[in-house]
Amino acid sequence: MNKSFSIRFVSFGLLALLIGMLAGILITIQYLNPGFLKAFLPFNHLRAVHVSSVVSWIILSAVGSIYFYIEHDQNNKIFSKKLLQIHWYIYLFTGLAILWSLFSGYMGGREYLTFAPILIIPILAGWLLMSVNYFKTLLNQVKGWPVYYWMWGTGIVFMTYHLCESNFWIFSHFRHHFIRDLTVQWKSYGSFVGSWNQLVYGIAIYLMARLKGDEHIAKSKTVFFFYFLGLFNLMFGWAHHVYIVPNRPWIRMIAYAASMTEWLVLGSLILGWIRTFTKAEKQNNMLPFRFLVVTDIWIFLNVLLAIIISIPAINYYTHGTHITVAHSMGTTIGINTSILLSSIMFIVSRLDANCLRKRQKIISIGMLLFNLSLFVFLACLILAGLKKSDMMYHQEAVYFADMFKAITLYIWGFLIAGITLYISILLMTIPLFRILLRNCRS
Amino acid sequence: MENDKTHEQRNVVLTRQYRIILFLLVATFFIYNTAVYTIGTRNNLPPMSKKAMQGELLWQKNNCTSCHQLYGLGGYLGPDLTNVISADGKGPNYVKALMVSGIRAMPVFNFSKEEQDQIVAFLSCIDSTGYFPNHNAKLHFSGWVELEYKTIYTESNE
Repeated sequence: MNKSFSIRFVSFGLLALLIGMLAGILITIQYLNPGFLKAFLPFNHLRAVHVSSVVSWIILSAVGSIYFYIEHDQNNKIFSKKLLQIHWYIYLFTGLAILWSLFSGYMGGREYLTFAPILIIPILAGWLLMSVNYFKTLLNQVKGWPVYYWMWGTGIVFMTYHLCESNFWIFSHFRHHFIRDLTVQWKSYGSFVGSWNQLVYGIAIYLMARLKGDEHIAKSKTVFFFYFLGLFNLMFGWAHHVYIVPNRPWIRMIAYAASMTEWLVLGSLILGWIRTFTKAEKQNNMLPFRFLVVTDIWIFLNVLLAIIISIPAINYYTHGTHITVAHSMGTTIGINTSILLSSIMFIVSRLDANCLRKRQKIISIGMLLFNLSLFVFLACLILAGLKKSDMMYHQEAVYFADMFKAITLYIWGFLIAGITLYISILLMTIPLFRILLRNCRS
Repeated sequence: MENDKTHEQRNVVLTRQYRIILFLLVATFFIYNTAVYTIGTRNNLPPMSKKAMQGELLWQKNNCTSCHQLYGLGGYLGPDLTNVISADGKGPNYVKALMVSGIRAMPVFNFSKEEQDQIVAFLSCIDSTGYFPNHNAKLHFSGWVELEYKTIYTESNE
């Protein structure tokens, strides 16, 4: 079996994670010391590298995991290996082009999609190739599809749509009206994140079913109810990003009502799964299992924060502060990264279980450090956000420089926690990376 | 054997139900999107001028959003610029001076006079759309927030 292409996606994803986190540390240093590397790597370039790399980590590792599960873990005959290979090469060259675009300063300058706008074309082409391969491979089995197949299919289709939507600004109907442009821009981003959550949460459910050896948990009516609720949130629950933007109130009302139940959904699923998990199964799959337990804890903490900031009266005070950053980093690191690392550990355990067992101790240390660091990391952001909000709304004529100075201590804490978080990721990913690279070559 | 057949039939029925739910959701989503793209984001302001759109392109090309926010959306290194044009003690000349000075983390942008005007036109256009922070918003006990609008329509005549 030639597994190398799905493994290449995952390996490339891990590399993107390491680059993205390093860029994150450097921009935090620049935040505290604006002159740092300013002449070579200005903040407006480096932050774009950070955001693009971290988004790439999530996308590439999710895509690689899905390809691996469909073809090699479930032994489906993939529709076209050629399309998979073309998909890989498109993303490889697009990734390099994005880095060139950001370092050279040839940028599109839209939040999240900061790279040159032309590069959206190969990215969309990759999603189209994946959708052809995915649906052609699996569509004839649709009668008995477990929920993760529905989630991955949904994620692929909606990711393609919302990537297109994020580029509607090129049409004058949107571009001529700033409020429309801003609202649709953040609509697309909210749903774009919802789409990758469909991919990532589908992976979590797949892992649950595989580790427990019970496909029923991915086919029950309850799990489908939660899937549709998640999809409902993807479609209608994005507007907490623009509560403060003067668009029509019904947009905000719908989002307030829809709220953000998606993480609560997954939390209840994982919790239910852990309750029924037998001790023997835990020992057999120790590392992926532990990571899913950790994810469960982070889901609950992030659900709490998400619900709080989705109430307009609270969002009014938290919007534009570091609490929003805590929310986005809490979900991308605490939830998405935990699930995806768990997925990669599962894949590695299928490739070379003995080698993974030998590295279990160092990975476990990394896991402990990861969680402690992440807790401090998020706590510092929330405290900085509270301070900024207090100054914005409860003090007269406050200057930005004063707000900046008032939160400096918390940003130092954030930086130190970020460095230890990076070390913890290195401890976990380097052993995984080495096993993956060996399999890429073989 | 009979069990398998029952199971198969159950799968067919469930899949049909799931497809119907999916279809209804997607149809609602289509209507909702159309409404968001049109009436949900309509206001009484004139379309952005050509000069302001050139300014927006400059804003994007230089990735200003990585440091600055508009309506609280964007980076955290610099201040929010939603109302920088109308703010006391700031305004067009203040913005132009900062653009070419490169103080602290701000890079030195070698904008021509024309480009500086374009950026100012873009920021003026944003300033005319609303407020951030929206200090005069009314917070309700239900958790709802009634924004103060700068444009002619208000929430009460919605």
